[in-house]
Amino acid sequence: MWKTILRRVLLMIPQIIILSLFVFILAKMMPGDPFTGLINPQTSASQIAQIRQEAGLNDPWPVQYFRWVGNALHGNFGLSYQFHKPVIDLISERAVNTLYLAVFSVILTYLISIPLGIWAGRYQGSLIDNSIQFYNFVSISVPSFVWYLLAIALFGFVWHIFPTSGSVSVQASGFIGVTLSRLYHIILPGVLIALMSTAGNIQYLRSGIIDNQLEDYVRTARSKGVPERVVFNKHILRNSLLPIAAFFGNVITGLLGGSVFAETIFSYPGMGKLFIDSVQARDYSVMTALIVMYGFLTLLGNLLSDIIMSIVDPRIRID
Amino acid sequence: MDTSDELLLDIQHLHTAFRVHDEFFDAVDDVSLTLHKNEILALVGESGSGKSTLATSIIGLHNPRNTRVTGDIMYNELNLVGLNEALFNRIRGNDIGMIFQDPLAALNPLMRIGEQIAESLVYHTKLNESERNARVLELLDQVGIPDPALTAHQYPHELSGGMRQRVIIAIAIACKPPIIIADEPTTALDVTIQAQILDLLEDIQKEIGSGILLITHDLGVVAETADTVAVMYSGQIVEQGSVYQVFDNPLHPYTRSLLRSMPQADQDDEELHVIQGTVPSLVDMQRTGDRFAPRIPWMPASSHEENPVLHEVEPGHLVRCTCYKTFYFPDDKQPAAAGAGSSQNASEGE
Amino acid sequence: MSLIEIKDLNIHYPIRSGFFNRITDYVYAVDGINFDIEEGETYGLIGESGSGKSTTGKAIVGLEKVTSGQIMYNGEDVTNKHNRKQMKYNKDVQMIFQDSMSSLNPRKRIEDIIAEPIRNFEEMTDNEERTRVKELLDIVGMPSDAMYKYPHEFSGGQRQRIGVARAVATHPKLIIADEPVSALDLSVQAQVLNFMKHIQREYNISYLFISHDLGVVKHMCRNLAIMHRGRLVEVGTRDDIYNHPQHIYTKRLLAAIPKVNPSGREKDKANRRAVEKEYQEHQSKWYDKDGKVFPLQQISATHSVALPPDEVAELKSEVG
Ligand SMILES: Nc1ncnc2c1ncn2[C@@H]1O[C@H](COP(=O)(O)OP(=O)(O)OP(=O)(O)O)[C@@H](O)[C@H]1O
Ligand SMILES: Nc1ncnc2c1ncn2[C@@H]1O[C@H](COP(=O)(O)OP(=O)(O)OP(=O)(O)O)[C@@H](O)[C@H]1O
Ligand SMILES: [Mg+2]
Ligand SMILES: [Mg+2]
Repeated sequence: MWKTILRRVLLMIPQIIILSLFVFILAKMMPGDPFTGLINPQTSASQIAQIRQEAGLNDPWPVQYFRWVGNALHGNFGLSYQFHKPVIDLISERAVNTLYLAVFSVILTYLISIPLGIWAGRYQGSLIDNSIQFYNFVSISVPSFVWYLLAIALFGFVWHIFPTSGSVSVQASGFIGVTLSRLYHIILPGVLIALMSTAGNIQYLRSGIIDNQLEDYVRTARSKGVPERVVFNKHILRNSLLPIAAFFGNVITGLLGGSVFAETIFSYPGMGKLFIDSVQARDYSVMTALIVMYGFLTLLGNLLSDIIMSIVDPRIRID
Repeated sequence: MDTSDELLLDIQHLHTAFRVHDEFFDAVDDVSLTLHKNEILALVGESGSGKSTLATSIIGLHNPRNTRVTGDIMYNELNLVGLNEALFNRIRGNDIGMIFQDPLAALNPLMRIGEQIAESLVYHTKLNESERNARVLELLDQVGIPDPALTAHQYPHELSGGMRQRVIIAIAIACKPPIIIADEPTTALDVTIQAQILDLLEDIQKEIGSGILLITHDLGVVAETADTVAVMYSGQIVEQGSVYQVFDNPLHPYTRSLLRSMPQADQDDEELHVIQGTVPSLVDMQRTGDRFAPRIPWMPASSHEENPVLHEVEPGHLVRCTCYKTFYFPDDKQPAAAGAGSSQNASEGE
Repeated sequence: MSLIEIKDLNIHYPIRSGFFNRITDYVYAVDGINFDIEEGETYGLIGESGSGKSTTGKAIVGLEKVTSGQIMYNGEDVTNKHNRKQMKYNKDVQMIFQDSMSSLNPRKRIEDIIAEPIRNFEEMTDNEERTRVKELLDIVGMPSDAMYKYPHEFSGGQRQRIGVARAVATHPKLIIADEPVSALDLSVQAQVLNFMKHIQREYNISYLFISHDLGVVKHMCRNLAIMHRGRLVEVGTRDDIYNHPQHIYTKRLLAAIPKVNPSGREKDKANRRAVEKEYQEHQSKWYDKDGKVFPLQQISATHSVALPPDEVAELKSEVG
């Protein structure tokens, strides 16, 4: 198994290289350059040329690419032209914010979706099931940003219950104070992200339970005289959790991804917002770093998921 | 089988109905059967005749929401029909072991074999964990698994079909139940493995003296293993008796048609006998008169009883409806009653 | 010249493992088999699960890549795709699949299912095609309104007959019937088998009849081959195999068939146990040191058995 994991990791290298090339070329092909916004009408053409020369933007593309890769390998993704900070620092700052929000919302997602999925599956066709199905339908069919806007309008601007932007209040001090302030800032976006992302889990769990209930091995368990409660927990539920477990690797790496809509609407300084901002500002160094990172996280998430699957499902072997 | 053997199961007037479009239809219709210690009772019939439904009714595993079971299934003074779940769970696995048809589907893919066998011991014995493990190994050995310790740690997908079916049998006999219900235990297996599994069942039966209800649609399997036979058609028993009575002197037109449609030794290139029409579905099933009559349309209506009942033609040999007396196959060109008569002779010759 | 000749057919599936996922071993699903099928005959191929019967059948219709060996049709090599295309081989050779439910596309109507091979090989107007499908349904004894229905609306026997209708749609010369009746009840089985014989007489079709049921094969086939572990252990006429079996594996299969005669069952059982014992104890006599079946040796004009060479002389003198 270790060999397989190692092989998979090695296989990720060419994939990352291809992705980085692709991203790099794409960034170069976009109109304008990072200085377009900084330059005012008084700046002379020769000054512009000099800035470009210093930034190495006049070198041939391959040279620029290898320089970029070489730096990236040292953790140096360049400077953000927009924030005047090393990209790596910027990302780590934002990643921490996103991590808080994501861990909170993912935990909440499972806390909501697993019991709802179980109820819906177990009492298929009942009022409870129908209500849960309705909730699912709404959360899938109405775009999430509509709810985000509604929530921030009501809880933020009308009732002033929750803050409408930021990740921590500037007045907060001391460890406890800062932590509480952070929590206060992530509650509203966190709860809403969670509410909007339960549909998949609920659906998987519900249909898993409904299908597995009819499986022969469940009948075998009953024929052994195993009490219904145990049959449910040990045979039906456990087997129905497989598809959710199969996704868990991607969920873990997805924690760093951030939610573009939620972070933008709640003005929460996380990765998602950073990405949107950098796209808008043509902040290439940030953008390319983020895309390569997302690509890497996706590959890693897939690998993690496969490893998790091979642990929880004996039929799947990765060797 | 010795008829003086202790009575284990006494099924009387069992009806099991399924709800289809808000109406209940009997899939098992007024079945009465008995099972004794040391007896192998074979239940035969084509797909859809109600064999599995009967078995599932005995072990009480029908979904009560769309199933209605009435009648009596007496086990030791206890009526299993309508028995409460808690009490029934003490009987399932402990007093009745069940063997299912599809040996892969019947095992939980995520649980080790040993764990699945031990599960039944957890609820019916006072054995502690290490005693249970020892018993699991003993059981695996008993059902002919070459390396019990290895297999106990394996998962179902790592075993062959024959091995899996042995595991299922080990589960069923874990608590040495007096009653074993085997629903098509060999249908999914090769003939050579089928032979081994049937031998195994017989050996186990000799060892623990259980009564076995063996469900199958393979007449060969019945002839090789059963003591008594019940032939089912459309939810009813149409013929019943000892294996010799039923095979040496088959009387009901259905039994005779089934035997005739088998590709048999020495009838070489002849056309096989085809039973006309098809087995009716649960909803379309004819509920009055002789249910088999539409399949033998050449028999005059007068040959059937209006409300066919089982007739005891010799001690222990029951046949439904009187049409067997005049039944003949149209392609036989023999005088009407000859079929029954000639086989009668055969049984006398014994 | 036979209709079809299988010459030293091998189909090996690679097993990959190790760090570089290299091929480390092979599954010898079909491991050097030879047999011929004559025009208009039903040739039986028997063996237990996993012995390679379906793989052989699929290779003959061209659904499985042949590792080595030849498939000759009317004396022409049809092992590669190009030749098959030129000879319209795929029109002449059709298959009835083991599992009728999963081999019929659930989202297609019966009309489209049956017409599919016609559309592949013949130019027909919609009306001609419809008439043809009706004829075919009539041949398999099904009402013509069946063509507007979907597979799930039929019983197992009916679906199997639809599979037969599709297989005969292009007037094939050879049909590979992979366990066509294994999933069916006795009376339905009788119906399908009779029907297969009927169209054989009518159109002079040959069958390769794959089965693990020796009773059914005995009824259907004059000549048959017993397959075990990818090889043939015994080949002969019905009489050779059923009345004079030589290989222990054949004897074992025959002994395992349950007979519908309760009076003889103790004797059957004793016989079965004796054969089983011999099979267990004398592996080396019947299988080589790798557990493989020996090459076939001819012991009479029609009868061949897989034996180590030194055993053959002895047997020949016995059989005469
Ligand atoms: N849960 C159910 N709901 C509705 N009808 C059912 C249900 N289970 C079985 N039936 C119907 O009851 C009849 C008897 O089915 P049963 O499974 O007992 O037949 P069987 O004799 O075991 O057949 P097989 O040989 O195919 O297993 C069939 O017509 C079947 O369609
Ligand atoms: N695509 C494949 N890759 C690897 N092995 C295969 C593949 N297809 C078949 N096999 C193996 O080849 C062998 C022969 O399989 P095949 O399906 O021909 O058996 P069969 O005789 O038809 O059995 P059955 O009676 O179960 O249908 C088996 O061991 C099977 O596991
Ligand atoms: Mg059944
Ligand atoms: Mg096959």
